[in-house]
Amino acid sequence: MAHASALTGDHSHSAHDDAHGHPPTSTGLDNKKIAIWAFIGSECMLFASLISTYLIYKGRSVVGPYPHDACLPPQCSTPLKAILNIPITSASTFVLLMSSLAMVLALAAVELKDQPMPSGWWSRRLRSSKLWLWMTALLGITFLGFQAFEFTSFVHEGLTIRTNLFGSSFFTLTGFHGAHVTAGVLWLLTLLAIDYRRGLGPKDAINVDLAALYWHFVDVVWIAIFTLVYLIK
Amino acid sequence: MATTATAPAYAPTESYVGESGIWSWLTTVDHKRIGTLYLFTSLFFFLVGGVEAGMIRAQLAGPNKDLFSADLYNQLFTMHGTTMIFLGVMPLSAAFFNYLIPLQIGARDVAFPRLNAFSYWVFLLGGIFMNFSWIIGAAPNGGWFGYAPLTTMQYSAGLNIDFWVIGLQILGVSSLAAAFNFITTVINMRAPGMNLMRMPMFTWNAFIVQFLLVLAFPVITIALVFLQFDRFFGTNFYTMAAGADPLLWQHLFWIFGHPEVYILILPAFGLVSEIIPTFSRKPIFGYPVMVYATMLIAFLGFGVWAHHMFAVGMGPIGDTVFGVTTMLIAIPTGVKIFNWIFTMWGGSLRFTTAMKFAIGLVALFTIGGISGVMHASPPADLQQTDTYFVVAHFHYVLFGGSMMGIFGGIYYYYPKMTGRLLSEKLGSWHFWLMFIGMNLTFFPMHFSGLMGMPRRIYTYDAGQGWELFNKLSTYGTGILAVGLLIFVWNFFRSYSTGEIAGIVPWGAPTLEWSIPSPPPEYNFARIPKVTSRLPLWDLTAPRLTREVPHTEAGDKRLDVDVASKHTATGHPNPTANAPRQGVEAGMHIERATGRTARELGIPMPNPTIKPLICALGMTIMFTGLLFIHVNRMPLALATMIGGALLMTLSLYAWVLTPLEDAH
Amino acid sequence: MAHDTQHEPHANVDHTAMGITHEHPTWSTYWKVAVVLTLITAVEVWIYYIPSFVASRAFVPSLLIMSAVKFATVVMFYMHLRYDHKLFRALFTAPLIIAIITIVGLLFLFGYFSHRTGALL
Repeated sequence: MAHASALTGDHSHSAHDDAHGHPPTSTGLDNKKIAIWAFIGSECMLFASLISTYLIYKGRSVVGPYPHDACLPPQCSTPLKAILNIPITSASTFVLLMSSLAMVLALAAVELKDQPMPSGWWSRRLRSSKLWLWMTALLGITFLGFQAFEFTSFVHEGLTIRTNLFGSSFFTLTGFHGAHVTAGVLWLLTLLAIDYRRGLGPKDAINVDLAALYWHFVDVVWIAIFTLVYLIK
Repeated sequence: MATTATAPAYAPTESYVGESGIWSWLTTVDHKRIGTLYLFTSLFFFLVGGVEAGMIRAQLAGPNKDLFSADLYNQLFTMHGTTMIFLGVMPLSAAFFNYLIPLQIGARDVAFPRLNAFSYWVFLLGGIFMNFSWIIGAAPNGGWFGYAPLTTMQYSAGLNIDFWVIGLQILGVSSLAAAFNFITTVINMRAPGMNLMRMPMFTWNAFIVQFLLVLAFPVITIALVFLQFDRFFGTNFYTMAAGADPLLWQHLFWIFGHPEVYILILPAFGLVSEIIPTFSRKPIFGYPVMVYATMLIAFLGFGVWAHHMFAVGMGPIGDTVFGVTTMLIAIPTGVKIFNWIFTMWGGSLRFTTAMKFAIGLVALFTIGGISGVMHASPPADLQQTDTYFVVAHFHYVLFGGSMMGIFGGIYYYYPKMTGRLLSEKLGSWHFWLMFIGMNLTFFPMHFSGLMGMPRRIYTYDAGQGWELFNKLSTYGTGILAVGLLIFVWNFFRSYSTGEIAGIVPWGAPTLEWSIPSPPPEYNFARIPKVTSRLPLWDLTAPRLTREVPHTEAGDKRLDVDVASKHTATGHPNPTANAPRQGVEAGMHIERATGRTARELGIPMPNPTIKPLICALGMTIMFTGLLFIHVNRMPLALATMIGGALLMTLSLYAWVLTPLEDAH
Repeated sequence: MAHDTQHEPHANVDHTAMGITHEHPTWSTYWKVAVVLTLITAVEVWIYYIPSFVASRAFVPSLLIMSAVKFATVVMFYMHLRYDHKLFRALFTAPLIIAIITIVGLLFLFGYFSHRTGALL
């Protein structure tokens, strides 16, 4: 028992070893933020699987409709029209990109809540977290509206999830993305509800940041989908 | 008890006794209780899987036996594999993750205690869901890797595969939720001074496994989603007539499946890396190399998946690449084997039951590893694939590897969990029966396999030279079963009659042994400060840690800092500049005080039923899918919507309730 | 989200360590990034309508590069990885790399490249 005092733990302890309250985290970072980044890493593999499947099955459908001008004269007597609507999807891509802008501005507005407000009327309005959260959510809903329009018009043109490999892999990939956007919209609306109830302040910035990271990730997935599915023929 | 000759006298009544009763278990968010729940549940499922294995061996004991129909046999081997992997070995590992990670890093709980409870309940409900299929007589029958298109509606129209697909989706949620939780816990909940390169090897292995889970499970999720959509909504992912590729499922499955192999074995490696140094009275040989080898195994594990598919004909480039990467993995694995051997070399060995199991792993895993390298060569693999040779191989790595390590871990950590030792005498019987039984069961399979006996056949004709080997395998299973029964007897008997363990029963060097057994709800009354990776040996046997880096100038290179440079300012190490003998300043052994967290003023999370409700809602939602195939569409919709609502509402209630009372 | 009260920032943890760096992007940065993203998207769509460019070998690579630039821009500025703790960078890039290798490996195994370029193998 050379180290008797050590064994009984009979030491005066520094302020850091505080039994009353939580010790600071090892990295000084927030737990939730680490978890959401790990989650986003996991989502990379989820969408990688979906995107690979779409690309593997591209051009392997045995019946139409096909995504791009798959069959033109002289090969086919009646040309098969490309089903993907690039102008509409470009618009929805733009909408989603702008929703990311609104999202960062919402986060910045929350972070700056306790800073003195600027003087101009416009500048004051632009510092409203409610404005930007609403903007983000509405742009997300607009994107979903575009997707609903796209899906219904495809069904009218004879492409359903059962029609061919393109239909199955396209609807599943973009549907999964749409489901992620929907979840993001619900998350934003929840934040808005909290904002209306008690106001979001700088101490809530971490929770808004989590939603923002998720939202931007869904946006970058769309950036990849737009190129790989819509633009590359 | 060799080291701490004067370990404090232990009186069980002194220790903190938590609330008991069913409700306290249903609402618990304590990582130790959740770990205990995982342990009991997965041991139960392990026994179920064992009974299935026994039935398989009974059927194959001799040629042309007809104990079971071919269809029932298909269900037996499918459920044996699925149960052992997803309901046995993985959650057994999870039991140790839960119990040990916070204790080993000096934390009071995991990062998200309620998410942890959710993971357990999802696992339990998923396991019940999967096994419920037995009751309605439609257990999964497509093999544990459920190859599509065999598992599509065209070839498997019954509910069997529905149970399998949905069950795996449910279990996947559990594993993923737990993985995010443990990643955050290890990164962020370490005690002051517990640098990454001071974490115990078990925690390191567990940490790396979480990344494998996080990256591998989404892939199987998507493969299963495709299968689900094919089966329930008529998509074409696995419909050959629509131009689908029969290899899509195989590739996606094995991109998950091979990391899964490391998910199954690395936790056992971690346990063995705790057991061997303790019973050799030596720090582990080459600690940093062990860490890097584990990382390398995990990374390479994502680049070898197609070696499960050499027989499909991927062409020379694919075969070569996957053959070479597979052989490369043998290098870090070999490093680990040799490091364990060098740890034992020159140590003062004590052959406790835990140590016997650990050495059993080293020996038996090596045999399985060697047959694994044989499969890495595509021409050799073509002879072996889908034969009993492969069955022998993976039982050597999974039974001889994972299960030996897990049993070692149970003998080693039982005293920490219960305060009592398992009987060493019964343990010795358990070990030897299991060791002999396991070799007698699986070694002959190498021969029957090379003589051409295919996997998954429900019976075989006489005169092919397989009778003797199958007979031996069946006898071996009988011996295994006896060993297992002895273990179960030992496990339950020792709970009330085992020898009192005390704080440091084995003289181990890591933090979990510095607190009472079983630990109080708050684990550490005072958060320890760590100055080396063998803190208890610094206290009790400093001679053993002479070679181990401590917090001193010159050791910086070992303190790999994935966090920021600012960590140092956030966490001044109290003994940073003290001479080595100053380590006592940071470490201490806590005696049982019998005081509650409230008395000590330690904030602890409140118990809550919400994670269980949320898990239940999710399981109900998935169950609704089943009704589609019995043509009860309104019922299916009602169940799915009801389950989804229950899940969402309880999730909101959970998220909007603070974790703990304000102090 | 789930555990608001568990780890309130402590007074002794400075903001730098909390991951909120002083080199924070400003509002004007956010707007500039949005303009850049819009411009790249416009170019992507524009070249899609130039048949001679679509037929050329440069079409697919240029689309991939532009999309990668957009991807990286959003991740660096909007997800503020550029300004944030390097731990987050590791947690994101490692899985991303494994995901990309997996996609490329799968496409190779399914003959996507040989089937499209005709002569890779």
